Amino acid sequence: MSRDAGRLSLILLFMPFVLWIGLLIILPQLGIGYYSLREKVGFNQFEFGLKNYVDFIGEPVYRNTLLRTAWMSILVTILALIAGFPVAYYIAKIAKERSRAALFLMCLIPLWVSDLVRAYGWIVLLRETGVISTALVKMGIIGQPVEMLYNDITVVMGLVYTVILFMIVPLVSTLQGMDDALLEAGYNLGGSRLTVFRRIIVPYAMPGIVSGCIITFMLTAGSYLTPILLGGKNSSWFTEQIYNQFITRYNWESGSAFGVSLLVFTSFVVWAGLRLTGQSLATTVAKD
Amino acid sequence: MKLKFRALLAGTALVLATGAANAETLRLLTWGSYAPDEVVKMFEAEYPDIKVEVTFSNNEEMIAKLRATGGTGFDLAQPSHDRVYAAQLEYNIYKPLDLSKIDTEKMTPNLLEGVKANTTIEGEVYSVPHQWGTSGVMANMKLAPDVTGWADLCDEKYQGRTSMRLRRTILLGTAFGMGMDPFALYADPAAYQDMLDKVTEKLIACKSVIKTYWSGGDDLSAMMLSGEVVASETWDSTAFKLYGENPDIVFVPPATGALAWIDTFTIPRGGEADDAAYKWINFVLRPEITKLMSASTGAIAAVPNGIDLMPDDKKAAISAAFDQSDIDNLKFFANIPPGIEDMEGLALERIKAAN
Amino acid sequence: MYDLSCASVTKSFGSFTAVRDVSLDIPSGSFFSILGPSGCGKTTLMRMIAGFETPTSGDIAIKGQSVVTLPPNKRNVKMVFQHLALFPMMTVGENIAYGLRCRKEPKSEIAPKVARVLDRVGLPGSQDKRIDQLSGGQKQRIAIARCMVLEPDVLLLDEPLGALDLKLREHMKIELKQLQHQFETTFLYITHDQSEALVMSDNVAVMNAGRFEQIGPPKALYDAPASGFVAGFVGDSNVLPGRLAEVKGDEARVEVEGGGTVIGRVADASKPGDAVEVFLRPEALRIGAGGEGTSLSGTVESFLFNGASSRILVRSGAHLIEVADPEQSGAAAQGGAVSVAWTAEKARIFARRPS
Repeated sequence: MSRDAGRLSLILLFMPFVLWIGLLIILPQLGIGYYSLREKVGFNQFEFGLKNYVDFIGEPVYRNTLLRTAWMSILVTILALIAGFPVAYYIAKIAKERSRAALFLMCLIPLWVSDLVRAYGWIVLLRETGVISTALVKMGIIGQPVEMLYNDITVVMGLVYTVILFMIVPLVSTLQGMDDALLEAGYNLGGSRLTVFRRIIVPYAMPGIVSGCIITFMLTAGSYLTPILLGGKNSSWFTEQIYNQFITRYNWESGSAFGVSLLVFTSFVVWAGLRLTGQSLATTVAKD
Repeated sequence: MKLKFRALLAGTALVLATGAANAETLRLLTWGSYAPDEVVKMFEAEYPDIKVEVTFSNNEEMIAKLRATGGTGFDLAQPSHDRVYAAQLEYNIYKPLDLSKIDTEKMTPNLLEGVKANTTIEGEVYSVPHQWGTSGVMANMKLAPDVTGWADLCDEKYQGRTSMRLRRTILLGTAFGMGMDPFALYADPAAYQDMLDKVTEKLIACKSVIKTYWSGGDDLSAMMLSGEVVASETWDSTAFKLYGENPDIVFVPPATGALAWIDTFTIPRGGEADDAAYKWINFVLRPEITKLMSASTGAIAAVPNGIDLMPDDKKAAISAAFDQSDIDNLKFFANIPPGIEDMEGLALERIKAAN
Repeated sequence: MYDLSCASVTKSFGSFTAVRDVSLDIPSGSFFSILGPSGCGKTTLMRMIAGFETPTSGDIAIKGQSVVTLPPNKRNVKMVFQHLALFPMMTVGENIAYGLRCRKEPKSEIAPKVARVLDRVGLPGSQDKRIDQLSGGQKQRIAIARCMVLEPDVLLLDEPLGALDLKLREHMKIELKQLQHQFETTFLYITHDQSEALVMSDNVAVMNAGRFEQIGPPKALYDAPASGFVAGFVGDSNVLPGRLAEVKGDEARVEVEGGGTVIGRVADASKPGDAVEVFLRPEALRIGAGGEGTSLSGTVESFLFNGASSRILVRSGAHLIEVADPEQSGAAAQGGAVSVAWTAEKARIFARRPS
C-alpha cells in the first residue's frame, strides 16, 4: 500500500517534467522532423523524401548563412567567455559576501527588459544621430556623425551583451565551489599567477566554462531579434531564414528542414568543440 | 469529500456556462492600429454582450497563424486583398461571407467589386474591403527634391541615405521601375523568374547605396525624421504620419504608379462568432467610426467619401502627394498565384545574403 | 643557522592584533609545533611564513635570508593545507609534478622524481590514480609528497590531521613523525590538539591570544608549565581556584574557594593575597591518606574506565577531582569515603587566568 503510494507520488512528481519534455520538446521536434521530410510535388500534394535537405545543401545562400551564423556565434561565445570570466571570478572569489548578491543582480538587470527593448537601447545609442555619435561630434572628437549600427561588429557586441549572463552564472557557481586553498597551494608550490590561472583556475572552472559556452553558443545561434535589428543590410542570420521559410514563403516543409539542420549543425559544433578541447559532457556539465 | 468535489465541479461548470452565455468574444486578427482602443470601447458599449480581443499581425503572420491552427482561434481577420485567394485554395483557412449581413451598399463600388473579383472561389465571396492605401516612395523634399520613383532609391546621388523594406513590395516596385509589369507575368512562372532575376541583380547592386533595410514603421520613421535617410520605400500611411511632424517629408507616388493594396474583412474557417464579426464590420464602416479608424491607421476607408473622412492633416498630406493622374495610375496588387511567393522569397534571401 | 626564524613578528588587521611580537628559531631538521586554541593567531603566523600575509612589523628569515618581500611562489617553504588542497582535476602524478613543472624542470627528470617520492611515502605506482580514489590517509601522504618532492627548507603543516577520524589520526601522528625523520626536513606544525603536538614535536610553542606563552620540549611544557594557560592547555589538570594566603620558602598555602587549604609551589610571580589557581595533574594524585594541605577527602562519584588512562572521579565539596587509576586496583568503592593525596611540589600555583 505505502509502496504503491510512494510510487504514485514519484510518478506525480515527475509528471510536469515528463509532460514538459514530451509535449513541448520531443513532440514538436518530431513534428518538425516529419514536416521536413515532406516533399511538395504539387498543389497540396506531398511525398516523402529528402528533397528539402537536398535543396538546402544545394543553395549556397542557405549554406553560407548557416556557416556565417555558426562562426559569429562561436566568436560571440569566445568574447562572452573572455569578458565574463573576470566578472564571474570577481563575483565568486573577490567580492565581499554582501556585495556579491548586488553584483549578481546587476548582471541580471539586462534580462528584466525584453530582447526588443534591449536592441532598441543599442539603436538609440549607436545610430548616426544617436547618443554616442552626437556626443563625439559635440566634443570635437569626430567631425562627422558616424553610423555605428548595421554592421557585424554591432551585432556581435549586442549578442555578447545579451548572452553574457548565461556565461557568468555557471562560471560563478563553479568558481564559488573552488576552495581558496587550491589557489594558495598553487602559489605555494611555485606557480606564477599565469600558471595558477592556467593550470588550476581554468581546469577547475572547466565544467562551468563548458556549460556556459554551450548555453551561450546555442542561445546566440538561435537568437533572432538582436541580429535582425542591429544587423545591417548584409548581416543575414539563419533564424531569419527559418522565419522567412515559414512565414513569408509559406514553405513549412523547407523551414522544418532548416530547423532540423540548425539543430544538427549546432549540436555538431558543440560536439566538435568538446572534442577539440578534450572535454566530454560527462566530465564537465554532468559532473556533480 | 466526494460530495464536496462534485459540488465544486458543478459550480465550475455553472460559472463557465453562464460566462459563455453572457459574453461573446470577438477575436480580431488585424494590423497594428486597425483596432484603436476608442473604437473598441464604443463597440463594446453598443454591444455589451461582445468582448473584443485584438491580436496585431501582418499579412504573412496572419496566414501562418491561421494555417497552423487550421483557421481556428480567430473570428475575423484582415489580410490584404491579394493574399486571400491562394491562401484559401492551398490551406482552406477562411469561410465564405454572408453578404446579406454586411452593409455592402456603403462601400465604394469599384473597391468592393475588385475585392469580390479577387476573392471569389467557386462562386463564394470570401472578402470585402475595409481600408486601402498605397506603397510607394517617400522623400524629404529639402534633402532629396528630385525623387520621382522606385529607381531613385538606388541612385548613387543618395549614397547611404536611402532605405527600403526587403519584402515583395520592393521587388514589384523595382520591376515596375525597370519597365516591367510583374502582375502580367504572374501567370507565367518562367517569365516571372526571369523578371525576378533581373530585379535581384538590380537590388544587389543597390545594396551599396542604401543605408539599411527597415523592418517596421517605427524604425523607418526614426530614420526619416532624424534625416539619416532622405528617401525610402514606404507605406503611404507612414509617410502621411511623418508629414504631420515634418512637412518636408512627402509621399511620392512613383511615376510608374503607386502599388495599391486593400485590407479586407475575411472570416477564418474556425471562427466562432460570425454575428459579432458582421456587427464589427458594419460598425467600423459607419462614417463617424471610419473617421476615428482612419485617424489611427492613416489608410483610407473603402467608402465613397473615404478621403473626406480622413483627419485634416492626413488630408493635407494626401493632397500634397496625389493628384488625379496618380490616382488613375494606381496599380492594384493582383492575386498572387500559389508558388510565386516561394520564388520571391528566394530572391529576397539572395539579395540579403549578397555582399 | 636556523631553517626558520621569526623576529618580533606582529600582524594587525585594523585595530585587531592577531599576532603580537612573536619570535622563534627553528633548528634544521627539527619538528616544531605551534599549539594553541582556535583564534590564537597560529594560522596567521603560518600564513605570514608562507607569504600569504605580510607582517605589520618584524622579520621572517628562511635559512638566514629575509623573505618578507618575496611572493609566496618564490619562497622555499611548502605548505600542507588543512584540507590538503590537492588539485581534484589532476591525477596523483600531476599533483606531485605540478611544483616541478612550475620550476621548469626537464620532463625527463620529473617522472623519476615523482616515482621516487611516491615510493618514499609508501604509495609506489599510484601516479595515475584520481584524487577521489584515495583514502584519507593516502591523500595526506600525497599532500606531503607534493611538497617534499620540491625539497623545501621548511614544511608547514596546518592542522592536516583535523579532518581524519580518530583511529587514522593516531596512526598518522606516528607516520608524520617517521616521514619527518626520513626526509630530514624541518617541519612546522600547527595544531590545537595537544596530543598531536606532544607526540610528534621536538619543540612546542604554546600560543595564546597572539603571543607565545612558552616554548620548549613537550616534556618541559608538561612538567614545568610557565603559566596557568600552559598548565591548563597542555595535559589534563584538576584546577582549584583560591587565594594565596602565604609563601614560606618553596612552599605556599592557598585557601581554596569552598573551604580547605592546599600546600603547593608558586610557579609564577603571584604574591600573597592574589587570586590564584592550584593545578594538580591526575597522575600526581593517589588514593590514600596525606598530610594537612596535601590531601583532600571526598566520596567516590564514579569510575571512568579507559585502559591505562582510567580515572576515578572524586567529589570533594564543590570540586570534582580526577585521579589517575592506571591499574584499576579497585581500592575504592563507588560512594565510599576516600582521601586523595599528593606531594606538595606537584601542586602548581599560578595567577588566576582571566575567565
